[in-house]
Amino acid sequence: MSAATVQPQQETVADHVGVKNWKAPVGFAIGALVSLLMFAIGSPDQTAIFRISADDDRFRLQDVHLPAPTVGWVVTIVLAAIAVYAFLQVRKGSHISRWAGIAFALFFVTGFLTWVVGSANTPSISLAGLVAGSVTLAVPLIFGSMSGVLCERSGVVNIAIEGQLLSGAFAAAVAGSISGSAFVGLLAAAVAGMLVSVVLAAFSIQYLVNQIIVGVVLNVLVSGVTGFLASTLLSRDPELWNNPPRLPDISIPLLSDIPIIGPILFKQSVVGYLMYFAVIAIYVGLYYTKWGLRVRAVGEHPQAADTVGINVNRMRFWNVVAGGGVAGLGGAFFTLVAVSSFTPDMTAGQGYIALAALIFGRWNPIGAFFAALLFGFATNLQYVLSIVGTSVPSQFLAMLPYLVTILAVAGLVGKSRAPAAGGVPYVKE
Amino acid sequence: MKLELQGITKRFGSLVANDHIDLVVEPGTVHCLLGENGAGKSTLMNVLYGLYEPTEGSILVDGKPVTFKGPGDAMAAGIGMVHQHFMLIPVFTVAENVALGDEATKAGGVLDLKETRRKIREISDRYHFDVDPDALVEDLPVGVQQRVEIIKALVRNAEVLILDEPTAVLTPRETDELMDIMGQLKAGGTAIVFISHKLREVKAVSDVITVIRRGKVVGTAEPSASTTELASMMVGRQVSLSLNKAPASPGNPTFDVENLTVLSSTGQKTVDDVSFTISEGEILAVAGVQGNGQTELTEAILGLQHHVRGSIKLNGTELVGKSVRDVIRQGVGFVPEDRKEDGLIGAFTIAENLILNWYDEPPFAKGPAMKPAVVRDNAEKKIAEYDVRTESAMATVSTLSGGNQQKVVLARELSRPLKLFIASQPTRGVDVGSIEFLHKRIIAERDGGTPVMIVSTELDEVSELADRIAVMFHGRLMGIVPGNTNREVLGLMMAGMTADEALDQSSGSTATDPGGQP
Repeated sequence: MSAATVQPQQETVADHVGVKNWKAPVGFAIGALVSLLMFAIGSPDQTAIFRISADDDRFRLQDVHLPAPTVGWVVTIVLAAIAVYAFLQVRKGSHISRWAGIAFALFFVTGFLTWVVGSANTPSISLAGLVAGSVTLAVPLIFGSMSGVLCERSGVVNIAIEGQLLSGAFAAAVAGSISGSAFVGLLAAAVAGMLVSVVLAAFSIQYLVNQIIVGVVLNVLVSGVTGFLASTLLSRDPELWNNPPRLPDISIPLLSDIPIIGPILFKQSVVGYLMYFAVIAIYVGLYYTKWGLRVRAVGEHPQAADTVGINVNRMRFWNVVAGGGVAGLGGAFFTLVAVSSFTPDMTAGQGYIALAALIFGRWNPIGAFFAALLFGFATNLQYVLSIVGTSVPSQFLAMLPYLVTILAVAGLVGKSRAPAAGGVPYVKE
Repeated sequence: MKLELQGITKRFGSLVANDHIDLVVEPGTVHCLLGENGAGKSTLMNVLYGLYEPTEGSILVDGKPVTFKGPGDAMAAGIGMVHQHFMLIPVFTVAENVALGDEATKAGGVLDLKETRRKIREISDRYHFDVDPDALVEDLPVGVQQRVEIIKALVRNAEVLILDEPTAVLTPRETDELMDIMGQLKAGGTAIVFISHKLREVKAVSDVITVIRRGKVVGTAEPSASTTELASMMVGRQVSLSLNKAPASPGNPTFDVENLTVLSSTGQKTVDDVSFTISEGEILAVAGVQGNGQTELTEAILGLQHHVRGSIKLNGTELVGKSVRDVIRQGVGFVPEDRKEDGLIGAFTIAENLILNWYDEPPFAKGPAMKPAVVRDNAEKKIAEYDVRTESAMATVSTLSGGNQQKVVLARELSRPLKLFIASQPTRGVDVGSIEFLHKRIIAERDGGTPVMIVSTELDEVSELADRIAVMFHGRLMGIVPGNTNREVLGLMMAGMTADEALDQSSGSTATDPGGQP
């Protein structure tokens, strides 16, 4: 503590030299090598077709035809060039431009898609469907990561996202079935998520139990309780207990006809629209309002917040509860939008992926949103590719979302800074 | 605003931190609270600031009793506090930090920092603070961060300003500037409570001095009282502030650091091309404000830093690249700056802590087995020799006071035949009585012929112990000067002047005592 308060001083003067980080060029080189072996040398002799528009769209765009061998070699050359550039920059001791990483990722994905689609039995996929499906799959992830943002920004680590999603899914199914109204189900989902949060908040803030342990225990508890009820109560009379109405997609006329982005933004269920609202509201709230300033202060330096008269633990408590509500809404997606019945453990670890999205997105709502989209994309790619019948083993495709998660969180996050007081309970001396 | 404390008592369990303390702070005065570390000064101020609730007693503002439920209440009553460890959020801007807790908003709770920025500029201009409202706090030097804290209090219309050990992290020049600011605030009618254990500063700025010892007010003193008188009041017995050490008789230069550069993991130079030698039987003190590379320098010698360039030779053996264990085996004794974090294992007993660096060697171990009886005998001997105040050698070390903990560290490190002794902040957070003892031990080690390196941010300690003084600034060595160099020259070097420039400037200007009158 004593050293921590006074160290910043030297950073302004001391120059950055010496310690060279070879992570980026080495990573790029490996990527380029993979591209050479798979996309270029191992290229299928077909043309991959990406359909931009569906047949019944109001506006139609031309399909994109990419000859796999040509694309494979072009991509490999570009990737190799970026790797060389990164190598030279590091040797010179200069910074690697952010754009190099983004360009690398875009070309690599293009190369991968062309290769994998080109090697399919029917080398043609709908780009619009791929993207729209990604967003749909990302909905619970995004809600989960927003819950994480709310909790962790105020200094409480929320491992219980998984449990909050699952409790939300369960409550939405049961309340929706009994009342016959999807909106009652939605409300019940939020309340259920909050209840899980209240337990998390009470134990971690009031009783100072290790937050990670409470979170993990809650996940197991929710999984057990909902699984038990599903196999007893719900399965006894599924018509009454486990038959919630579905929330339909609401299309906004004209806007929803815009190619690719139309269906993403303007043809969503209520849960989907709520998701966009939540991301924007949390982003604006966190960075532009009095509430957000206080939340971030409490998560960074609770004692400083306390000395200006902010009640740290009350702030944290309500943030965690709000986070639970948001994650609960995400859980409703499973039973009110995706399918219309509850099955045990149907969230299948998505809460943990949401946590990864939160970290990959650097604890920023917008960042977490895009990270969750990436994970959704990886998952959907797996589905789409298995439909078109690619020669890539299905086990490899099933690994894809998790591979992307590990790479994203381990290697590409770079220097991200977690809230300084995250996971540390605040106790007045 | 007149502030009175009447019979304030604060107990933590059975510990009485404050025992019926009475205090009156008049407007437009600087009231100093003088006392050792752990005397109860900070507790008292936290009571006053609403962070603790007093067990007994009352606080009166302008004669009316008030109760503070939290810092918010204290602030509303016109009390502002600058904490020893700044209460600033590093990733926020100055304006965000100042606004926090008292934010102006537009419709919908949207932050409006315009007014805050204006107020910051106004106060900054009035007192020549030179603070930019939009700068990120983590980019600011410590002295400026402290001014941000003062602005925070002034924006909230504080009429009583509590400064808790404000000079601990400042260069001598920044200390002078702070004292100047205190003078201006006082002239404007603000009452200042100045908490310190540094006698020189206390004498320089105070109007009234209240001395606290073991949670009780033991008396008041005039600023004109001598430092010896004040020290005796503070400690409760006669203390000699000077050691009267014998002049050094240096032998061969056996420790040789050449062109040492240390890089942090992000590639910043924390130690920048430093060269020096230390001879047998000589103390080299490394002075400088905290965070200028001293920590990294000592850690590099011990082998705790990863990116080290240059050479460190002890009796001709290269230490760079050796593991910590090998360095210790070469005969290096090391007292780390943070004894609780790096010097001791709090949950271990005193006896165990006394053998942490040679637990696996005879006589304490035989093969894989430890010999508890020997460990205990050793502890009892050391406890007697170093005057460690404890009931048992088997007490956990965390139950000891700071001074006694430091004696344990020193006893352990000095128990082996040493070729080099390094002590970082050897008396930080140690009571005055123990300081004397620890200093004598260090000098005894020097007189035994060991090269000694002391790192200290306290100029008093540096002047007391050093045969030669090396000053560090931003990782560079500003020069090595004789042990009797005056404080003004050292102060200038600590602010970034080379030894020659500092000597020139100080002989050119009219000599003032740094840390002295504003």
